[in-house]
Amino acid sequence: MLRYLLSRLWQSLVLLILVSMIGFAVLNLAPGGPLSQYTLTPGMTKEALDRISEQMGLNRPLPIQYLDWMWHLLQGDWGKSYRDSRPVLEIIGGHLPATLLLMGSSTLISILIGTWVGVKGATRRYSVFDYGATVGAMVALSIPTFWFGLVAIYVFSLKLKWLPAGNMYTIGNGSFSDYALHLIMPSVVLALVNVAVWSRYMRTATLDVINQDFVRTAKAKGLSPKRVLLKHVMGNALLPMITLAGLQLPTILGGALVTETVFTWPGMGRLFLDSLGYNDYPVVMGLLMFSAILVLIGSLIADLLVAFVDPRIRLG
Amino acid sequence: MESMINRDFKGRDMTDNKPNAIFNPTRRQALSMLAFAGASGLVIPGLLGRDRAFAAVPDKPTGQMIVGFSQEPTVFNPHLLHIEVDEAVHHAVFDPLFNVDPEGKFTPALATEVPTVENGGISADGLNWKVKLRDDVKWHDGTPFTAEDVKFTLELMVDPDFRSWRRTGHEHVRDLTVVSPTEITWRMEKPFAPYPSILASTFIVPKHLLGVEADKNAAPYNNAPIGTGAFRWGSRVAGDHIELVANTDYYGEGPYLERVIYKYIPDMTVMYTQFKTGDIDVVGLQWITPDHYEEAKALDGKVVTVVPNATIESVAFNMERPQFRDLAVRQALYHAIDKQAIIDALYYGLPTPTESYMPQQSFYYNPDLPKHEYDLEKAKKILDDAGWTPGSDGIRVKDGVRLSFSNSTTAGNHIREQVQQFMQQSFKDIGVEMTISNLPPAVMWGEYWMMSQFDSVVVGLNFLTGPDPDTSDYFMSTSSAAKGGNGQNTWQYANPEVDQLLKDAGNLFVPEERKAIYFRIQEIMRADLPFLPTFQYATVRGRKNGIEGVLPNINNRIDTWNINTWHWG
Repeated sequence: MLRYLLSRLWQSLVLLILVSMIGFAVLNLAPGGPLSQYTLTPGMTKEALDRISEQMGLNRPLPIQYLDWMWHLLQGDWGKSYRDSRPVLEIIGGHLPATLLLMGSSTLISILIGTWVGVKGATRRYSVFDYGATVGAMVALSIPTFWFGLVAIYVFSLKLKWLPAGNMYTIGNGSFSDYALHLIMPSVVLALVNVAVWSRYMRTATLDVINQDFVRTAKAKGLSPKRVLLKHVMGNALLPMITLAGLQLPTILGGALVTETVFTWPGMGRLFLDSLGYNDYPVVMGLLMFSAILVLIGSLIADLLVAFVDPRIRLG
Repeated sequence: MESMINRDFKGRDMTDNKPNAIFNPTRRQALSMLAFAGASGLVIPGLLGRDRAFAAVPDKPTGQMIVGFSQEPTVFNPHLLHIEVDEAVHHAVFDPLFNVDPEGKFTPALATEVPTVENGGISADGLNWKVKLRDDVKWHDGTPFTAEDVKFTLELMVDPDFRSWRRTGHEHVRDLTVVSPTEITWRMEKPFAPYPSILASTFIVPKHLLGVEADKNAAPYNNAPIGTGAFRWGSRVAGDHIELVANTDYYGEGPYLERVIYKYIPDMTVMYTQFKTGDIDVVGLQWITPDHYEEAKALDGKVVTVVPNATIESVAFNMERPQFRDLAVRQALYHAIDKQAIIDALYYGLPTPTESYMPQQSFYYNPDLPKHEYDLEKAKKILDDAGWTPGSDGIRVKDGVRLSFSNSTTAGNHIREQVQQFMQQSFKDIGVEMTISNLPPAVMWGEYWMMSQFDSVVVGLNFLTGPDPDTSDYFMSTSSAAKGGNGQNTWQYANPEVDQLLKDAGNLFVPEERKAIYFRIQEIMRADLPFLPTFQYATVRGRKNGIEGVLPNINNRIDTWNINTWHWG
């Protein structure tokens, strides 16, 4: 077990270095660079841009810049934003709570509803409910989130005036109910797609299990259908879901690009888009490393969990 | 995505049309009129509203106002590289020595009077400057403001370790001397007429706070600035909003609001929606998209106006390309552009056609330039007369040069892409081939633009820095980066007469004398046509009924330049 862990950690480290090299190269090789956005500023001169580029060390050879960045990273310094010159870790830390709140609640909604829809669809295969769920999932998966978000805002904020049109809270009002009210629309919009995904996976996983011999045996033993479903079917059908959930971790913490934009949610997805848009390389690199680490941790946890709950799997 | 596409407009300025301001005689009348204007989208021309002189202002700062921006302010030290939205914070928290009003006049801020040749503040040769300062100004932390702070700021601009975003003008300053806490003098190495305009956007920063920082580029001060302005720094939730609170010790007019919130709303459709729902009180920078104008002006309880912007849209030529060396070609192409159709069909009729690079609201705008005519027959005749004859494929040729070129602009700017297709068609009708090759913004406006690697470009440019008419950076033959120069003459335009005129005007400090020269420069540019001016942009602004003190200003990049006088009526 320990050996397995060590080898996984070693693999992860190599992967992280590779990711950082590729990310750094792709960012910096894209033409333009962090200062190109200022060329049309009235009164801006090439001399000023060249000087600032030199002051920022942007005219050094790329490998040197990379090693410099890496060296600081190893010392725990993730660099500073080109925009507001705050430390990258502080910026990520500042955006994380908003994303956790949104993604956490929407993931919870989608897992609960998705599991229920999936299992029910599988146990009543080819019923009206099953067809309805299948069609519903296809529709939900096909609707672009931004469109669905805008329609939801139009209906529930502009016309019905039930819910706020975005933002995480009313400025100057930090009450729990205010947060909750603002959370409803974005988390439901975001959950819609995830419910579709989860219910499809869950349905397939349940169908895989439902006709197996041990289920038939359990039924033959005279166990109640409820007990068969909960203990024997779901217990086994949920196993592949653990891996799926593990891989969801980076998504949960990485935020939702589109939903956060439409609902003016100051989370990680917004931060990523803004940093890309402003060529804020240190923050983009920081986010890249952050999500790479999350992917590795997520899959490691999932593998360990699966091994833990499924006695057929041994690690080492 | 939208905010990324819009980055192309970063060079744009905020603007005002004097005649478009709302007349506002009394509060009651004003309210009914605002409602009327809001309901019908009407603007009352000819009456400049200095409304706050008449309207009741609160005795003490009252209430809160939320201004939405589609870009996020993140750079709060006004002298670091920043974008226009950052200046919303700079104007609220800091003060320059003097400001520029919508008519282009300087009004004193930290200085007791604006230095001029008449009052002896500037010597007749423009070399010696003397500025008298107020003695009643305190920084937000209570420390008195003195001439030392001015000296520190002007020196900071040219500090080799500081990433100052602009050194233009400041680099000529010598012998900065603090005569007394309320007086400072300096000598200019050479006369530089645009310097007053540059000073009007040079915010004074505190020596006692920033001066002691080892690394001024990344000092904590830059994220919690302390200034002398009408508002103090409150707090910031990154990616969401900035809160500023009233500075009750402010020496000037206002502030009338207890709190100002700058709310970041990345998507412009969402920003408009939040304006409709009332989540934001004012639609700020990047404003309401033109396609929403018809709907917006009919909204209840909102005042929606069209405000000119200092950005001029043009078709720019690379004058070093053999196709464009011949004036006849440039004239013919100008005749082949149907400006009005472009404005009406693609820009919702909002922009104004123009013949000059100078904003029409500027003191220096020349209104008597020849009017553009859309006339394909005339275009053909000009090309025929100049010896450009159609080849076998219908494309004109002269001396082995085929009249074919590429045109580029920001990929993803859908309206401009349609303009290009429209022009392509007209040009084809007169025997000119134009191919379209658009590039992503970072590529388009990088080396490709700066080093003149294009044939022709559709671009919106703001030629002025503040109110000053000097365009040496754009038109001087020595300002082309491709020729080793240092400026934005990306057309590689070279005309000795313009060079001389720009030099002459740069030594004059009396506005009326300068005006004559800039009128002449506009005539020459209209005749030479290194770029075809198509129109001056206009933006759709919106605010809730009852908000007073909002005054568009063509000479300032940001709508909230006078936030100290904004208030609820």
